[in-house]
Amino acid sequence: MAAEHAPNASEYIVHHLTHLNSLGHKQAALVDWTVFHLDTLFWSVSLGLLMVLILARAAAKATSGVPGRFQAAVEILVEGVESQAKSIVHGDRTFIAPLALTVFVWIFFMNAMDLLPVDLLPRLWQGAYSISGHDPAHAYQRVVPTADLNATLGMSLGVLLLCLYYSIKIKGFGGWIHELFTAPFGSHPVLYPINFAMQMIEYVSKTVSHGMRLFGNMYAGELIFMLIGLMGAAWVGTASSGLLWVGGVFAGVIWAIFHILIITLQAFIFMMLTLVYIGQAHETH
Amino acid sequence: MNLNATLFAQLVVFLILAWFTMKFVWPPIMKALDERASKIADGLAAADKARTDLSHAEKKASDELRKARESAAEFRSGAERQVAQLIEDARAEGARIVNAAREAAEAEAGVASQRAKEALREHVAVLAVAGAERILRKEINAQAHAELLTQLKSEL
Repeated sequence: MAAEHAPNASEYIVHHLTHLNSLGHKQAALVDWTVFHLDTLFWSVSLGLLMVLILARAAAKATSGVPGRFQAAVEILVEGVESQAKSIVHGDRTFIAPLALTVFVWIFFMNAMDLLPVDLLPRLWQGAYSISGHDPAHAYQRVVPTADLNATLGMSLGVLLLCLYYSIKIKGFGGWIHELFTAPFGSHPVLYPINFAMQMIEYVSKTVSHGMRLFGNMYAGELIFMLIGLMGAAWVGTASSGLLWVGGVFAGVIWAIFHILIITLQAFIFMMLTLVYIGQAHETH
Repeated sequence: MNLNATLFAQLVVFLILAWFTMKFVWPPIMKALDERASKIADGLAAADKARTDLSHAEKKASDELRKARESAAEFRSGAERQVAQLIEDARAEGARIVNAAREAAEAEAGVASQRAKEALREHVAVLAVAGAERILRKEINAQAHAELLTQLKSEL
């Protein structure tokens, strides 16, 4: 905004919603498998490493003696995840329970990026961009990885792969194929195609809704933070614009507090659904 | 919204993070939790054991105390009996000694009075003979009249 002209509201939003990708400009095609979102990758990997660092530190210091506050907090988290996993997945949980913990903590961290001021990191990025002699208008930066459909669908696709893996592991390849054609309606040649179609719809809808739910919540949350940011930016010195600024502060506080619930809840929902879907893969019909 | 290769990158990162958690985070924390749970269970069991031990010890102590009290009472009553017996014996012994002394004294007194009587009789007989001699002015043959004198002595 420091450039020749201040962007209007629509330009501001579009700029904020454009990813920093490997093309350097907005991706034209809806689907293009040669492009990477560098900002999503950077923030998700960084937050993943931060998570791993924190958890590994807790694991390294874990003792069976009297726990400190940090250890107790991590233990509460681990025990909570373990009890959920135990009640949902009946079988070997050596990978599934840690997976659920990873899902919860990682998504929570990525969602929590939403609580940073909406302009803070993009503006710093713009500054760095202009210092290095580039046009700050093309300095795109989105800091909430879960507000990128690629990230959430990537994770839900991972869950789908794990569902398929556990289905085959528990039921055997033949058993799984058998189930594809005989569940949910029963074993009859006439029902085979219907069953198969239902199973395919179930897999696809599970995976898509799993990723879309998290993406939609975080995307909408981010968008509202931008609108609130616009409200605050409306201050030009007049009384009515001052009121808008006060409204922006007020709305920002309310929405941020509400968002504490949203980011935790969405992380929890994603974890629970991961457990439920993998739990379903363990059940034979 | 655009879909692109970020999706697969995210998938791979996701699985790597989950693997890392499974390998390095989960086991030590669960191990610590399990160890602490077993420690607490051991502690509770030890507390239970200590409680039953304590009640056993209390019961034993009260038993011992009761036994000691009983034996003390028995001892005391035995001692009292013995003392009473000793007093009784001493009293009987005393009475016996007193009786014996009295009997001895009585016997001695009897003998003495008999002896005095004998002596007196002798004297009387002598006096009577002397009196009779004086009266008769005539010597009496002691041998001839011994029978008479003896008869006289016994009559006195």
